[in-house]
Amino acid sequence: MLAAGSLGLEAELKTVEEIKAAIEAAVSGAQVEVLRNPSPSAQHSLRVAHESALEVAAFLRDDPELAFDYLSNLTGVDWPDKEITEKVKVTRQVLKTVDGPEGKVEQTVEETVDETRKRTEPGCLEAVYHLYSVAKKHGPLVIRMRTANRTDQVELPSLTPIWRGAEFQEREIFDLYGIVFKGHPDLRRILMWDGFKDYPMRKDYVEPDDYEYEPTAHDHVLARAQEHKSREPGSKGAAESA
Amino acid sequence: MSAVETKSEREEGWNRPPVIEPGGEGELLEVAMGPHHPSTHGVFRMDVALDGERVIRLKPVFGYLHRNHEKIAEGAAYLASMPYTDRLDYFCSLTNNWAYALAVEKLVGQEVPERAEYIRVILAELTRIQNHASTIGFLLQEMGASGTPLMYAFREREKILDLFESLTGSRMMCNYMRFGGCRVDVSVSWLDATRKVVSGLPAFADEFEALLSSNEILMARCQGIGVLKPELAVNASVSGPMLRGSGVNYDIRKVDRYGVYDRFKFRVPLGDHGDIYDRYMVRVLEMRESIRILEQALKDIPPGPIMDPKSKIRGFRPKPGEAYGRIEAPKGELGFYLISDGGPNPYRYRVRPPSLINLTVLEDMCLGHNVADVVLIFGSVDIVLGEVDR
Repeated sequence: MLAAGSLGLEAELKTVEEIKAAIEAAVSGAQVEVLRNPSPSAQHSLRVAHESALEVAAFLRDDPELAFDYLSNLTGVDWPDKEITEKVKVTRQVLKTVDGPEGKVEQTVEETVDETRKRTEPGCLEAVYHLYSVAKKHGPLVIRMRTANRTDQVELPSLTPIWRGAEFQEREIFDLYGIVFKGHPDLRRILMWDGFKDYPMRKDYVEPDDYEYEPTAHDHVLARAQEHKSREPGSKGAAESA
Repeated sequence: MSAVETKSEREEGWNRPPVIEPGGEGELLEVAMGPHHPSTHGVFRMDVALDGERVIRLKPVFGYLHRNHEKIAEGAAYLASMPYTDRLDYFCSLTNNWAYALAVEKLVGQEVPERAEYIRVILAELTRIQNHASTIGFLLQEMGASGTPLMYAFREREKILDLFESLTGSRMMCNYMRFGGCRVDVSVSWLDATRKVVSGLPAFADEFEALLSSNEILMARCQGIGVLKPELAVNASVSGPMLRGSGVNYDIRKVDRYGVYDRFKFRVPLGDHGDIYDRYMVRVLEMRESIRILEQALKDIPPGPIMDPKSKIRGFRPKPGEAYGRIEAPKGELGFYLISDGGPNPYRYRVRPPSLINLTVLEDMCLGHNVADVVLIFGSVDIVLGEVDR
């Protein structure tokens, strides 16, 4: 059995912490964070800040001891905005009229109440890389990168110049999640057609329903189709609703 | 399609396909090979720019069979996706089942009984033999050997599919593996029937090789065509017989030693040149190694349970976490990446399709060759569109 958190079967055992230290020693200014995986698979991951990602990736590939020359799997994950409701005990100062020895007196009293607060944790899109080493026969090392948000700052550096195997997989993430990989030689949609507008793998994606072409007795299906049509700019439905 | 890029437009880097300057006078001919073409194994298109017969540029176009398998699986319970994995690579449904079961077992830390592991190995190796035989048959079909090699391969495949049918109830959509074991036990008579089929396989491999390996036309059409260099193969995440055809010694059965593969003696065939002929040869030799594994597994299969008694069918909710599990499928590295948020459905379900990723280097292999060779190079990649488009 291997020690928890170690990588590889035959090669020397390196923990994610050791790899993090090696990255930080080799790439100046690299921000790396260890994320523990509570599952029994114990595949812990390193979150890399995207500013230094290209240098980190080149280091992981070219370092003779790590030699992660094989990008096995690359995929996206959508983390939508999360609304978190939490109960907080709040202590505040309240003016109260208190019966004193000389009649009624105004006095500041501390009072503790339960308060329900809602806050929104901003979401992001994440790219997950599973690296193996063909030369050393170890792995996987899991690398993650996050975009700033899900709407306008969705850029990550493309790692296709480092691992060619990222080419189609980055296109697929761009297609299905909407992460824009800067520096990709040919970033186009790959599975959906070119004119398609939305990103189908996102958690808040609503399926388009073109069921009005088929006879249906369900009004709510038609209503949904109408609603969907009206959201597409320049469509017939949009003109009607406007 | 836009005009051909010039060298300066293409960013520099050794791992990009080279830019070939068209020679002579005249315009390039742009051809869309597919999506309905007998050589494309399904609905798949190659946008090819030709200078005479020579390929100057090639862009694969996918998505005709896209049904967003991953999204559907994220809306279904873990076990409900098991029959759907059959439809990815419909030639090899049992290895698809195994890859998915392996990823889930990693996610929840489940053990698999010894007998079930042996059954899995037997079924996976039978799958590999029928896949490689059919792939070679199709390759020869595309070379113009109309029918005969493919029929030889399909004759053998029929015997193996009959075994699958008698065990799982279905020839191709087997839906047989479960998290922590297998669905039904194999019977003594099934094992005997399998031994009988396996004992006939070496003769089939001999016959197949006598027919093909030193065939003049096959050698002329395949040797030196579609060369893939080992450095590029590794860098482009190529896997399976294509990677080993380029001479890279990387077999996940040996590297990860998943299941009980560490108990069997087998060799990993490697190519020298990385051309179509090496890929063909690696597949033939892998069939022979699979026969060796089958003989050992059928001899050693132990009695015992086929399901982990602690495995849960109802209310299966893995604890939050993630896992990536991969196996050496006949077409290459098939992996499943799962994120659990503690619910009954996976939060993220990702298939790492070997067919799609092996196509990354299709352009690099085809550039400079004749358009007739593109058909062969494409056939030697061995793809199934159900898995490419998902």
